[in-house]
Amino acid sequence: MSKLRADAILKAVARGRGGVQVAHNKRTADNEIVRMPIPATVVLPMQQHIGAPCKPLVKAGDHVDVGQVIGDTDQFLSVPIHASVSGTVKSVADITLANGRIAPAVTIESDGLQTLHESVVPPVVHTKEDLVKAIRASGLVGLGGAGFPSFVKLTVKDDKPIDTLIVNAAECEPYITVDYRECIENSWDIMTSVYTLGELYGFKHIIIAVEDNKPEAIRILKSIADKDIHTGNVVRVMALKSRYPQGAEKMMVLSATGRKVPQGKLPADVGCIVMNVASVAFVARYLKTGKPLTSRSVTVSGDCIKNPANVRVHIGTSMQEIIDFCGGFTEPPAKILSGGPMMGAAIVDTHVPLLKSNNAVLAFSEKALAKKPASDCIRCGRCHAACPMGLIPTQIEKYAVLGDAETLSTLGTSVCMECGSCAYSCPAGKPLVQYMRLAKEVMRQAGVK
Amino acid sequence: MEENKKLVVSASPHAKSSATVRGIMLDVIIALIPAAFAGVTVFGLRAALVMAVCIGCCLLCEFLARKVMKRSNTLGDLSAVVTGLLLAFNLPVKTPLWICAIGSFVAIVVVKQFFGGIGHNFANPAITARIVLLVSFASALTNFTAPTVGGADAVSTATPLASLSKITLAGGVGTQLSDLIAEGQIPALLKMFLGVRPGCIGETCALALLLGAAYLLIRGVIKITIPAAYLLTFTCFMLIASGFDLTYTAYELLSGGLLLGAFFMATDYTTSPINTAGKVVFGVGCGVLTAVIRLYCSLPEGVSYSILLMNIACPLIEKLTAPKYFGFIKKKKEKKAGDAA
Repeated sequence: MSKLRADAILKAVARGRGGVQVAHNKRTADNEIVRMPIPATVVLPMQQHIGAPCKPLVKAGDHVDVGQVIGDTDQFLSVPIHASVSGTVKSVADITLANGRIAPAVTIESDGLQTLHESVVPPVVHTKEDLVKAIRASGLVGLGGAGFPSFVKLTVKDDKPIDTLIVNAAECEPYITVDYRECIENSWDIMTSVYTLGELYGFKHIIIAVEDNKPEAIRILKSIADKDIHTGNVVRVMALKSRYPQGAEKMMVLSATGRKVPQGKLPADVGCIVMNVASVAFVARYLKTGKPLTSRSVTVSGDCIKNPANVRVHIGTSMQEIIDFCGGFTEPPAKILSGGPMMGAAIVDTHVPLLKSNNAVLAFSEKALAKKPASDCIRCGRCHAACPMGLIPTQIEKYAVLGDAETLSTLGTSVCMECGSCAYSCPAGKPLVQYMRLAKEVMRQAGVK
Repeated sequence: MEENKKLVVSASPHAKSSATVRGIMLDVIIALIPAAFAGVTVFGLRAALVMAVCIGCCLLCEFLARKVMKRSNTLGDLSAVVTGLLLAFNLPVKTPLWICAIGSFVAIVVVKQFFGGIGHNFANPAITARIVLLVSFASALTNFTAPTVGGADAVSTATPLASLSKITLAGGVGTQLSDLIAEGQIPALLKMFLGVRPGCIGETCALALLLGAAYLLIRGVIKITIPAAYLLTFTCFMLIASGFDLTYTAYELLSGGLLLGAFFMATDYTTSPINTAGKVVFGVGCGVLTAVIRLYCSLPEGVSYSILLMNIACPLIEKLTAPKYFGFIKKKKEKKAGDAA
């Protein structure tokens, strides 16, 4: 293990730093997660994950119970959607999501009873295959923000042996504190999960990676992990330098193991599974109770929110209701984000449902908006220095505008994960992430990989 | 609902660093202030006049050029002030003011705005303007005066660099460095370091330039890569050429515009490579060219020419030293084999 880590440090140093130092603004770090009352209605879109959308399995007028599957599909890359409240299906219709996309959604009127569906029973898990099946049935997606179906990550192919599980508790995005609270309040769930997964998969290393700006989380996790519950304990808590985007999957693999995920490959290609800490904690609870993913924690913060908080919310609750639960706005907001300030999306309307993958609702006033009028690039190289992927965003911008897909490909455009470090550090205020997306679109249209 | 009607929607990230172009330029101006003070102290108040005229003309040219080209006013980014100041630093104190004005025009209009303004020029405006002036008004641009510090008269004199070029190096028969120092043709090393020597306004005081450079490095405005590569290469070259004569090498380092060039001109963002490997190549190139020009060419000074030449080579350097991005996989050479078949 010590060798593994020394190796990691050496390689990270050799590669150069990349990333940016952003103001943490973790104002809700000391706020215990509070449960929000059952909402009167929930709206459950049929796509809350990366992959194929689900087909609604209920119709208006049906009675549903908590945990009942209301949407599913035969497609591989997808997970079922469950009712988060018990009550009556009011409608199955298209709605506009936070990102402006239109998708079918099931609206349920709650009866306030929260009766559990008969299918909610603890799954029987003896093998990896059982677990993968159970995790798919649980509807779990990465709770860190991307929303990638978790069962896919846990599916191990024979030609890609996995030796390391990385529990991602970096939480490098400013403001968001739900993963931190998870580490403190549900540390036993995390450990139970980690040992269960360890037994099923036989990992050689299990690394719980936390940024070093969360000493309390590190202390608590260490106090549990270091107890030698099992002989040959492979679980280690690792404090990583707090530098955005430390929690990005490829950065995480590099920092924790010293391995580099090649372009176009996944952590599994270098023997790693990376899972968000909240997802890991959920696995333990699910294996114990069989209750699928029907609620999640979100950080509600920003200078416009009266009482910033970490809230446990039923999936499908309207964002406006969540904001109201936190005391509403102190002044009219100028920008509302679903997710963190670095990678989150600005939303047009708060009357949209909270999805499985939403980890934060942030509201900012006019004066808190980061405004920097765009001027010409002075080639200062800050974008290149900040890019954790070693790209030169300003060059990519130029070729994206020119529509030169071949050159964009040689510049490595496809490894960009849109972390926003370039645009954050640009003194000319260029919307570089937008240009990176344009570059990818240029490549997509030209059929260049 | 009512209050949500005016929500701003924009692409991520929604946080921005405090760095601005104006802030960077302001930092460069602050870093140049010690050298400006040194210039006025060493050469008298006329140095301040030359600086003021250069800055004023640069601002005017920038304003008029943008106006005529129907482009946005960019005076606020302060880059014209930096160009004006650097141009003045590269002129002898007695330079006629109309020549300063022409230099400013060349720098701002011809080199910068004709190519699209800030960030688009392929050569450093101040350096190019200095070279244009040097070629056009050779006598005015080489009319160096002795320092007037301590109330001395402004008499015309040769720069230490011109004197150094008369020396026979590496134990040859002829004028030796020690002779020149003894005769008083070259100031003592301490005077060289403090800038009490003939030369251009802003280039003489090594102490002030190093202070400014330290400020830029601490503020993260420039990286050490280019100056380090430049100065190390130059030092090595000079050590070998002089048969490891440390005094001679120290004189070479403190003469001419080397420190000004290495820290303030070669590090110009727009005309130097973005990537680290490129910066190293750029710095080494500047060092070799400066040393070669000083040692083997009829010109006494080579800093401006070497930086200009490397400016022109910058796109090529960037192309050849393209950094490997994260997870870069070397493309298989199948294509070439296919072409051959």
